Amino acid sequence: MFDVDLIRKDFPVLSRELPGGRSLVYLDSGNSSQKPNQVIDTMRDHLAHHYSNVGRAHHTLGAESTAAYEDARDAVAAFVSAPSRDEVIFTKNASEALNLVAYAFGNPIATDERFRVGPGDEIVVSEMEHHSNIVPWQLLAQRTGATLRWFKVTDEGRLDLDDLNDLVNERTKIVSIVHQSNVLGTVNSVSPILARVREVGALMMLDASQSVPHMPVDVTELGVDFVAFTGHKMVGPSGIGVLWGRRELLEAMPPFLGGGEMIEAVWMDRSTYAPIPHKFEAGTPPIVEAIGLGAAANYLTGIGMADVRAHEKELTGYALDALGEVPGLKVIGPRTNISRGGTISFTLKNLSGDDIHPHDVGQILDDAFGIAVRVGHHCARPLHLRFGIPATTRASLYLYNTTDEIDALARGLHHVQKVFG
Amino acid sequence: MIAESMYQELILEHYKHPQGRGLRDPFDAEVHHVNPTCGDEITLRVKVDEGKVLDVSYEGQGCSISQAAASVLHELATGATVEESLGVVDEFTRLMQGRGQVEADEDVLGDAVAFAGVAKYPARVKCALLSWMAYKDAVVRSA
Repeated sequence: MFDVDLIRKDFPVLSRELPGGRSLVYLDSGNSSQKPNQVIDTMRDHLAHHYSNVGRAHHTLGAESTAAYEDARDAVAAFVSAPSRDEVIFTKNASEALNLVAYAFGNPIATDERFRVGPGDEIVVSEMEHHSNIVPWQLLAQRTGATLRWFKVTDEGRLDLDDLNDLVNERTKIVSIVHQSNVLGTVNSVSPILARVREVGALMMLDASQSVPHMPVDVTELGVDFVAFTGHKMVGPSGIGVLWGRRELLEAMPPFLGGGEMIEAVWMDRSTYAPIPHKFEAGTPPIVEAIGLGAAANYLTGIGMADVRAHEKELTGYALDALGEVPGLKVIGPRTNISRGGTISFTLKNLSGDDIHPHDVGQILDDAFGIAVRVGHHCARPLHLRFGIPATTRASLYLYNTTDEIDALARGLHHVQKVFG
Repeated sequence: MIAESMYQELILEHYKHPQGRGLRDPFDAEVHHVNPTCGDEITLRVKVDEGKVLDVSYEGQGCSISQAAASVLHELATGATVEESLGVVDEFTRLMQGRGQVEADEDVLGDAVAFAGVAKYPARVKCALLSWMAYKDAVVRSA
């Protein structure tokens, strides 16, 4: 039984007081989520009683650390229904996971035809991407002479698939798009794009940083080739991210970073590499962070991702209604509570019809009411250019948020309009 | 409320009624500065004659702090000597970078002293400084 009051008790920060006696209204989980005691305690316990290096320390602590680190991999694999634990690569964050794949393409040591990229080849992203799913592909295009192309976004904030058959064609090597937009909240429908990707023999990657924390995600069901996500947005720590990839592709890819533990044998002039996942985990990994992420996955599984999604859907509907009643507020993204998550970005005017800059909105919400939102372009500048606006204010919801907090946001926005009236 | 110490009435006044806004001819130098973290932008022109600032004109977009700061800058710099105005820029920069610990020299800063509260918000200091740094740059280029 999903009980938001009980869940809030798991997150110590939610009951803290801000300077000036304000209580905290945390509506910035799309930026980074808060952490429950179950994650904090697991990490503290590991540091206090078990910590050592993983994979290379042949003593009791090393064995305990290695077991905990690999158990975390099992937990993450189970969380996204990965067919094999070996397909779960720990990275620093989602950006590194995206870069890892981008750097596998056009790498001269890649022998597999699917990863050869040169002039005439095409890479496809979309206009609603976070910079971390744009820049690595721009760099790939610059390295190889390939062409970067992108899906457009409709006025409602959905992917425009009208050009699908032209955009994804025989020259396409990879399509990489966001599963749930970090600005619009839009949840993209994967299957029509994937069907076309398969038709032309390309590969497909999903940036699932904003979907894996908020809904049940089954990588097999999605059917794509690569999925990237990050720990800190799913009640886990920062410094740990995940790349899931299909085994045969990961095995065909060249290593990304070279270093300790990613090798099988090293001579002065050459090396052979460890099997996956360790082939892609050079150097001492973020051990305690990975263990914390495992705890986070188990915590969310214990609550039930279907229930998390249902709670957020209810909150999103409530928030869309409440914000819809604020005069001069315009939601950037779907206004209907269909195929969208609990990330709501908007612009705000005062009652005379003048724009109020999101920085001013965010500052008043924080200083006067303790409401934490994100303001700016949210690392999605091209999307803001598409809508002809420099910035938005973004409220992003999670399992611990309540309708009372949304009411507080609406009241706060009315106050902002008074200050800048 | 903390916000009230930052959003001084004078800042809001300048924001709602910006002084000297709009790009004008003639000018000796034009610069374009951006704040990449928030997307605030300003295009600023200066007209200087015999060491005297004849006009500071600007066009930009951004939050109340960045827009009000440009308006105050226009008022303080226009009609002053280049040397005086750069003295004000230095004092304003010192105040903004002082993390709220610096006592402002009101004789030098005039209305700009209203921004003292902004210095306590590291994320907003760049907003206040955007037009002032653009002005400094433009003056150098006009020489």
